[in-house]
Amino acid sequence: MYVAVKGGERAIENAHAWLAEERRGDTAVAELGLAQIKEQLKLSVDRVMAEGSLYDPDLAALAIKQSRGDLIEAIFLIRAYRTTMPRFGSSKPVDTGAMACDRRISATFKDLPGGQVLGPTFDYTHRLLDFKLAADGEVPETAMRKADAGHVPHVTKFLNQEGLIEESPQDDTAPPDLTREPLEMPANRASRLQALARADEGFTLGLAYSTQRGYGRNHAFVGELRIGAVPVEMDIPELGFAVEIGEVTLTECETVNQFKGSKTEPPQFTRGYGLVFGQSERKAISMALVDRALRWKELGEDFENAPAQDAEFVLYHADNIQATGFLEHIKLPHYVDFQSELELVRKLRREAVSAQVQEAAE
Amino acid sequence: MKDFFDEHADRKAWMSLLAKAPNGRVSALLDGAIERPAFTWLRAPEIGSAMVRGRAGATGAPFNLGEITVTRCALTIESGAVGHAYIQGRSKADAEAAALVDALMQTDAAEMLRTNVLEPLRKELEQAKATRAAKAAATKVEFFTMARGED
Repeated sequence: MYVAVKGGERAIENAHAWLAEERRGDTAVAELGLAQIKEQLKLSVDRVMAEGSLYDPDLAALAIKQSRGDLIEAIFLIRAYRTTMPRFGSSKPVDTGAMACDRRISATFKDLPGGQVLGPTFDYTHRLLDFKLAADGEVPETAMRKADAGHVPHVTKFLNQEGLIEESPQDDTAPPDLTREPLEMPANRASRLQALARADEGFTLGLAYSTQRGYGRNHAFVGELRIGAVPVEMDIPELGFAVEIGEVTLTECETVNQFKGSKTEPPQFTRGYGLVFGQSERKAISMALVDRALRWKELGEDFENAPAQDAEFVLYHADNIQATGFLEHIKLPHYVDFQSELELVRKLRREAVSAQVQEAAE
Repeated sequence: MKDFFDEHADRKAWMSLLAKAPNGRVSALLDGAIERPAFTWLRAPEIGSAMVRGRAGATGAPFNLGEITVTRCALTIESGAVGHAYIQGRSKADAEAAALVDALMQTDAAEMLRTNVLEPLRKELEQAKATRAAKAAATKVEFFTMARGED
């Protein structure tokens, strides 16, 4: 039986009006502009673009303002907007070897060609609150130095002359697309990487950390971490050639993992891969660790029953919009469902009581 | 064959440049250089997306990373030249300006536009890149080894 209950309209309208007022906060305080969010809360913008799976800093800034800074709500808004747009095509795979690097470090090779470039990092800060930021907006002048011309090649490329590191040979199989076809198990690596690239940062971090603590341990080192801009090139059918249609900032992490060898593979270093929109090395490193853990089967490793090795567990729970939708729906009216549960519990009680009475009588 | 290829390389280069221009910049440069010609839409500006792909392990099989917003349009000017634009973001006005530049680059105005629109734009983007690269270079670690012990 379906019972329609009306009467919420006025309450909902009023709730939304109050939400708008609360969003604005004290009107004596200047209103936050989208340009301010885009420029000064850039890492929030980056996270919304990465997990919203749509690179557009202006839209992400708007979503953050609208959601009052609730980033998962902002990601939800971006995902919803994304579905309204026609898809013009798919880019050629970006060449991260040609990245204009703001940051590029390796934890495994000290003297790598191109050097260890720290970039604008929180690392080595003392994590003490800086009260100067509360007082004024003065910034020290940034130092500059003549940059070397040319691309910075990937570390593994030139440090692999001995063949001790697993190669990633080029392959041009068209990847499946989770935004078009639902995720199916077993998921190939392309599906896994797409799902991880848009996965919740916290969930991915937790899983990655679990591998470090021993649940599917794979001894990861950060072979290379780089952040910077790459052009996006796409074939334009009506022109008959490809043009660059834009540029995106990406964070890329390649891990080098200890590997004793298996039935199918010789002892060598294997690799995990993380690639994320924007500047987010926590997410990129986490993604690389989880990617590596999920590769156990193709590398002939044992399944240790670790959560991070279980593709179904990881991929079906990593999306914070799916998770939020299902989790939060239980707060919506379930009056009828609950009524039937209530009836059931009452009936079970009556039966239990009458059984006791009968037992006592015997 | 070589000429054919070069012709594409040239157009590909200017379209790629126009796609990455900051908001409003192509319009400003175009209006500073020339009076806009009359045109007819072949495809009115349309906002959509493109799926950006990466490669597993940077060099392996492609995977879908996420989308970017793109605005495209096509128009024709009186000379019959057809201008196309595929630019990043959601600005229809910028797409129109980029398509006009693309069309005009196929006319006698090409050299003038190269000097007054494309070159300034290329220099601005290069300058911005060079500044970031110089800031990054200043954060490059200079390792030195400290001698320890007596011998």
